[in-house]
Amino acid sequence: MMNHTLKNHLCKLPTGTIITGKWHRKAYKMIKLLGNGANGVVYLAESQKGLVAIKLSDNNTTILSEVNVLKRFSKVQGAALGPSLLDVDDWLDPSTNRLTPFYVMEYIKGEEFFSFIKKRGKEWMIILILQLLSALDKLHKEGWVFGDLKPENLLVAGMPPTIRLLDVGGTTLQGRAIKEFTEFYDRGYWGLGSRKADPAYDLFAVAMMMIHVCYPTQFTKKENARQQLLSMIEADATLRKYRKALMKAIDGTYKQAIEMKRDLVAAIHHSDLPPKEKHVPPQTIPSSRSRKKRRKAKKRRGGVIETAFIAAILLFVYVLYLYGQVL
Amino acid sequence: MRKGTLRQILLITDGCSNHGEDPIAMASLAKEQGITVNVIGVLDQDTIDENGLREIEGIAMAGGGVSQVVYAKQLSQTVQMVTRKAMTQTLQGVVNKELKQILGSDTSLEDLPPEKRGEVMEVVDELGETIELEVLILIDTSGSMKTKLPTVKEALFDLSLSLNARTGDNQFSVFVFPGKQGNVEKVMDWTPNLEALSSVFPKLTSGGLTPTGPALREAVSYYFNKKRSLRSLISGDESYFEESSM
Repeated sequence: MMNHTLKNHLCKLPTGTIITGKWHRKAYKMIKLLGNGANGVVYLAESQKGLVAIKLSDNNTTILSEVNVLKRFSKVQGAALGPSLLDVDDWLDPSTNRLTPFYVMEYIKGEEFFSFIKKRGKEWMIILILQLLSALDKLHKEGWVFGDLKPENLLVAGMPPTIRLLDVGGTTLQGRAIKEFTEFYDRGYWGLGSRKADPAYDLFAVAMMMIHVCYPTQFTKKENARQQLLSMIEADATLRKYRKALMKAIDGTYKQAIEMKRDLVAAIHHSDLPPKEKHVPPQTIPSSRSRKKRRKAKKRRGGVIETAFIAAILLFVYVLYLYGQVL
Repeated sequence: MRKGTLRQILLITDGCSNHGEDPIAMASLAKEQGITVNVIGVLDQDTIDENGLREIEGIAMAGGGVSQVVYAKQLSQTVQMVTRKAMTQTLQGVVNKELKQILGSDTSLEDLPPEKRGEVMEVVDELGETIELEVLILIDTSGSMKTKLPTVKEALFDLSLSLNARTGDNQFSVFVFPGKQGNVEKVMDWTPNLEALSSVFPKLTSGGLTPTGPALREAVSYYFNKKRSLRSLISGDESYFEESSM
């Protein structure tokens, strides 16, 4: 296919290649390839205003519809829904003599969702998910659905770490057919709903992301997908805590992201109540850690008793001494 | 713009034709009649041979459509992607043509400044969502395709799931080749829903020859006859969109 060779060529632009826009005459110097997907390539580049990310594609449609979405997002006040759009232009590629459309966006330096959680600890999962739900809620209120929601399209950036939505290729107006999706996160694939864009579509993907954090090896659907997911949730200590919210997201009961957020927050605080012993399954790794903690606690308690005992003896001796003095 | 119908043939095959007319010629014929031909090549673990690959690409190019070669397990995602991509491509061709009429013969989308293109894209998006779509699915059931048929079935369910999420109407029909008698056999008439396929698929047997060319020809004439039927008398003869690239 002709497209193939073109795309291969676009993935292999040498470092230092300068791309100048045909319309706005702005120049960008390529630094390195950041990503390479079905619909184009993203490079880190240097511009007059500092580092930027550039998406090039041999497909005009892709560039145009993504630019349209990013433009709309930039009008949403007070929320960073996607990277901000800086420039849109065409580049006359000298080696193919073809106009290649591209757009320039803010470069977000951050870490991928999964690797961040791996590095910083599983407790971050729920924090990032809550942040994500707030962002999705804003996006949904603007009439959109993110569509292709998956860890690869999320970035954790800045201090304090905040989740950012990256690839808007799947972003679809509510009521329309989802533009782009990934099977594992798609409720249609699991036979649990349509591919019509509604807020619940994204929330299903959020639930699948949480499941995937706890089951890092990819799995495929079985005969009864709902039962399959339910038993996976129940078998995992972390997920079991959020069972109710997860199943509501999987069943598509939530109409708004904020409802799911509320339920997850409630579940966090519910699990802060004194835990029942039977809730800690002995076979998983986190539980061995908590067992260690319990042992430590026992030791600490032993220490307190020792101290009290010594204090009591001292007090007794002192009382004896005082008694002696008085006599 | 008047809303018409997009017509596509989706050919699912795993290799080279070995019987009858040149499938590339038949794809060209389809294109001349405003029907886009998309081709999906399905692989096992083994790689496809050079000739098969060239034919797959050739058919799609001649038919103004999209081709993609995939492993069986990626089929679902690919089938819907290829169909959507071809739709957008065709619609963009149509919108481009309209633009030329409005702005003069030498103007295309690329001659518009990027700021203006966005609005054109919105029209394409809108059309892609609402336009009526007809997909004639043409499945190669010869030889080695036999083991892949369950996956093909899954992929077609998935396709109807994707397309039925659109606002616009869809019509599907399914043909297999080689047929019990002759080159090609209709297994499902026009229907908005591919659910009924379940009952059809188990009955399929695979044959020896791969008459891709004749199968395409018959698919085109099936479309041609449909066009003359009552249903399209209502929507008008010119209601299909002709493919032209950007």
